[in-house]
Amino acid sequence: MSEASEINIKSYNLNFGPQHPAAHGVLRLVLELDGEVIERADPHIGLLHRGTEKLIEHKTYLQAVGYFDRLDYGAPMCQEHAFALAVEKAADIEVPLRGQYIRVLYAELTRIMSHLLITNTHAMDVGALTPILWGMDQREMLLGFYERASGSRMHAKYFRPGGVHQDLPPDLLQDIYAWCDQFPQYLEDVETLLVDNRIFKQRNVDIGVVTQEEAMALGMSGSNLRSTGLAWDLRKAQPYDVYDRMDFDIPVGKNGDCYDRFLLRMEEMRQSLRIMKQCIEQMPDGPVMTEDRKVGPPRRGEMKRSMEALIHHFKLYTEGYKVPAGEVYAAVEAPKGEFGVYLVSDGTNKPYRCKIRAPGFVHLSSMNHMLKGHMLADVPAVLGAMDVVFGEVDR
Amino acid sequence: MVESFKNWMMATLALSEPQAEILLKTSGMVLLVTLVMTAVAFAVYADRKIWASMQLRRGPNVVGPFGLLQSFADALKLFIKENIIPAGANKGVFLLAPFLSFTVALMSWAVVPWDEGWVFADINVGVLYIFAVSSLGVYGIIMSGWASNSRYAFLGGLRSAAQMVSYEVSIGFVLVTVIVFTGSFNLSDIVMNQAGGFWRWHVWPLLPMAVIFFISALAETNRPPFDLPEAEAELVAGYQTEYSSMTFALFWLGEYANILLMCAMISVLFFGGWMAPVPALDMIPGPVWMFLKICLFFFCFAWVKASVPRYRYDQLMRLGWKVFLPLSLLGVFVYSGVALLTGTAG
Repeated sequence: MSEASEINIKSYNLNFGPQHPAAHGVLRLVLELDGEVIERADPHIGLLHRGTEKLIEHKTYLQAVGYFDRLDYGAPMCQEHAFALAVEKAADIEVPLRGQYIRVLYAELTRIMSHLLITNTHAMDVGALTPILWGMDQREMLLGFYERASGSRMHAKYFRPGGVHQDLPPDLLQDIYAWCDQFPQYLEDVETLLVDNRIFKQRNVDIGVVTQEEAMALGMSGSNLRSTGLAWDLRKAQPYDVYDRMDFDIPVGKNGDCYDRFLLRMEEMRQSLRIMKQCIEQMPDGPVMTEDRKVGPPRRGEMKRSMEALIHHFKLYTEGYKVPAGEVYAAVEAPKGEFGVYLVSDGTNKPYRCKIRAPGFVHLSSMNHMLKGHMLADVPAVLGAMDVVFGEVDR
Repeated sequence: MVESFKNWMMATLALSEPQAEILLKTSGMVLLVTLVMTAVAFAVYADRKIWASMQLRRGPNVVGPFGLLQSFADALKLFIKENIIPAGANKGVFLLAPFLSFTVALMSWAVVPWDEGWVFADINVGVLYIFAVSSLGVYGIIMSGWASNSRYAFLGGLRSAAQMVSYEVSIGFVLVTVIVFTGSFNLSDIVMNQAGGFWRWHVWPLLPMAVIFFISALAETNRPPFDLPEAEAELVAGYQTEYSSMTFALFWLGEYANILLMCAMISVLFFGGWMAPVPALDMIPGPVWMFLKICLFFFCFAWVKASVPRYRYDQLMRLGWKVFLPLSLLGVFVYSGVALLTGTAG
């Protein structure tokens, strides 16, 4: 007697986060599991939503800079960079050469900071607990350079429309150069520990594969897109500041899996080092902020002598400056991908609308695509290699 | 020495022979448990220190000189905390599980020999006893995973059950080769068979089996790269997720007692137990050598933890069933074949 009754096996739902050690902040991932195999991954976002875009509408252009530090808090200055470029484009502000060099130097320093964080947390997510502590050691020194330039270790507010806030203190450039010389040793150490490690390979090779077409269809950018083999880098494709004077390569991956993304980021750190060294070698003298007193603040000494300078200073820090009506889009190659700022100005001292294009948001939306059919243990690997920070996803 | 102590007790305390026997055994048990627990406390400290220095950190260094009292401070903290039992948990099983894994972890120590005659229970099937008792350890983990009424804990418990069962198979075969090689189930006999210097140790003829044993021991004690049951990145803390206070501490103590036991087993089975590496050093007492060897293998355990990522569940299973099982079976075949042909089989 065949009593082939159909048994409906309910898939197993697992709430991954928001309070989960590997959720990279506040991701809530609802997983539908069949045993340990993932059938569907549904990312829920918004737990870190602070209304950044709306807040920016009520702040002057200069005040808005601070919000950009708080988006991707792993790489603050790169976001400021995008906003500064957007405002400069809208208001047609010229940045002095030294200011541009300092920006490129710090943008690359920030890229290394972000990549250090992400490659190491990626390794930690697959169970290698040692590299992250080595990496944090190096990152600590970079935070020190942040502090010496801007006075703050994280939320720097250093790149401002018109240049950078202040010139670098003496000896800082030499110290950064010395740091650049010792950093490759760290990279080699981590590579010995991970790159040829069979377990690390087994956990990452062919995990979370995205083809080039899929990556473009999903709107990916940055290392995640380059890991599929497309050499698309905004620093080369549409150079901003002095990137066109820099000599560097765009590393690309081949398979678009987690392992390629890891290797790619390690190589990008080496390329960033090259750019940083070139910046320091070519660093010109001169002002770091535009001399246009409607945008850049007057010097302290000037204010003691000149009434006009004092008025400028007062107007600048109360009313701010007006940006001609119009709309602009400016994007930078942030460590996580294309970070864009779309600015609509109505001719007043505050932006009418500021839309932020965060790479992490786009990458996170491909989560289901990357995870389907993989195992539960691959979630941290994919999430780690994807490089999302919730400050910018939730905004 | 034991005999004279017994006589002394019978004389001074006016006890009958069975009473003295019971008192003797009980005090032996208390002594052994105290020693193992103290060793566990310092093993946790050593683990953290070794791990920290490999990660360029300092590790515990505040409580007591060099942080030596850290483990005791942790234990005290856990002891005075509230024991939270989650709603929907099966209370009886939930509380029984940590006790089970803790007790089982301590039980195995009864047959570990520390010197000639220095063994709490010198039974002639010591190897089988260890094997039987250590397989019981998995019950604590399954029970905790099931009783917690948490999905992370449940998955952790399932993984752990599968993992421990799989690797016990290859551990079993490794033990069989050692037994065939020495012709005895008694751990003291196994050590005596290795007397006369480090060139007589089993590790040389049985090197592949020693390697398999070490790796399986990592899996058996849920240490990296096989720490899947408590894989932090995906399962929060696995079967321990819902535990707090002393129940959590019992799991921890049990885990480290098991790790130390595995270190002791490696030294007994393959590295000559209490024997000095060269006969010239025989004047140093056996327990010291045993202790040093345990420390050495414990260092290896910590070293592995600091340097490798974690396996995925299916990869771990593949390694267990498709690599270690055939290899250890082959080992059994080869070593018993050799023993049969040369007529040295026990």
